[in-house]
Amino acid sequence: MKYTVGAVIKEPGSTRRNKTGSWRIFRPVLDHEACVHCGRCYMYCPDGCISLDPEKGYVIDYDYCKGCGICAKVCPVDAIEMVLEED
Amino acid sequence: MPGRIPKRPPLPEEELLAPGHRACAGCGSALCLRLCMKALGPDTVVVMPTGCMEVTTTPYPETAWEVPWIHVAFENAAAVASGVEAALKALDKKDDVTVAVFAGDGGTVDIGFQALSGMLERGHDVVYVCYDNEAYMNTGVQRSGATPMFAVTTTTPAGRRWKGEFRPKKDAPRIAAAHDIPYVATACVSHPQDLVKKVQKAKEIEGPAYVHVLCPCPPGWGYDSSETVEIGELAVDTGMWMLYEIEEGEFRLTYKPRERKPVEEYLKRQKRFSHLTEEEIQRIQRMVDERWEELEKEGSTTD
Repeated sequence: MKYTVGAVIKEPGSTRRNKTGSWRIFRPVLDHEACVHCGRCYMYCPDGCISLDPEKGYVIDYDYCKGCGICAKVCPVDAIEMVLEED
Repeated sequence: MPGRIPKRPPLPEEELLAPGHRACAGCGSALCLRLCMKALGPDTVVVMPTGCMEVTTTPYPETAWEVPWIHVAFENAAAVASGVEAALKALDKKDDVTVAVFAGDGGTVDIGFQALSGMLERGHDVVYVCYDNEAYMNTGVQRSGATPMFAVTTTTPAGRRWKGEFRPKKDAPRIAAAHDIPYVATACVSHPQDLVKKVQKAKEIEGPAYVHVLCPCPPGWGYDSSETVEIGELAVDTGMWMLYEIEEGEFRLTYKPRERKPVEEYLKRQKRFSHLTEEEIQRIQRMVDERWEELEKEGSTTD
């Protein structure tokens, strides 16, 4: 690791190198058949790891999802289930 | 599939706070910053004092920020933001750039208070956002001036003599408003559209703007990480936290619960209030009732 003068960090958004998905105990699984695309899960995700895919609808990025479970709680149609991570 | 896939999600898509940051799962403050950045957009310079979000978003040599960002000491974020704003003005670039401060409650109502007051007094065009999780969570939950009455922190424990914090929460937004600045608002992460609207307004208004956002904290308040939004909603629906704005001195409630829920519904969901007896709960209820009565006397309106 190279330290910089004044602790300057030159690469924006570089925390992306750190995959916080490894923190997860429960995995949110979205049922696309039940999803009404209200976007509440997207709005309330503290890690910004839910995005809108033009083909699939809302998708969850498991590289960064910490498994907090907020999305499952705020979903008005219970389309997100929290499933225990097995491996 | 019920309904077509919309073209766009409800708020701007660009994530200016990158994932991979080290905030706890379910962090209300991380959600607050993410939403604020959606309101402010990419042409923003962010100044942050020490605090939860500074530590978790910039684990050297990494940063979660996609915009220019500067960390300064606990006490002087507002002073540095003033300097950044003055420099941009001198370079004739202020029209294109927003200067924003994100500071916690400790960095705002306690340690950074004099710098904030100075910035408001001098009238710098800065958006100051206080993400309030009601204690020094970063160092392990010590009370701050924003800790509410009877909340347990490591420095205000509950036992035979003490019932947790014994002083009421400092009313920082009203103190900011007393500086006669163009815009003051309160918000809560449970109401993201209201929050984004207020931060956008703060950005557009010329001169200092102060936005105080209640950010529930799973480890500090003692509830499950999935309940951050519910706890925020309860804070608003019980009247423990009011959503309002003060624009050019005009006070306006932006959300009024149809019928205020008893404060007990909010308190009993959190470990930091689990020691409360009926007597303390009633005292908090009276404090909240009095505050709302006062407000109604002011003749405020809602839309």
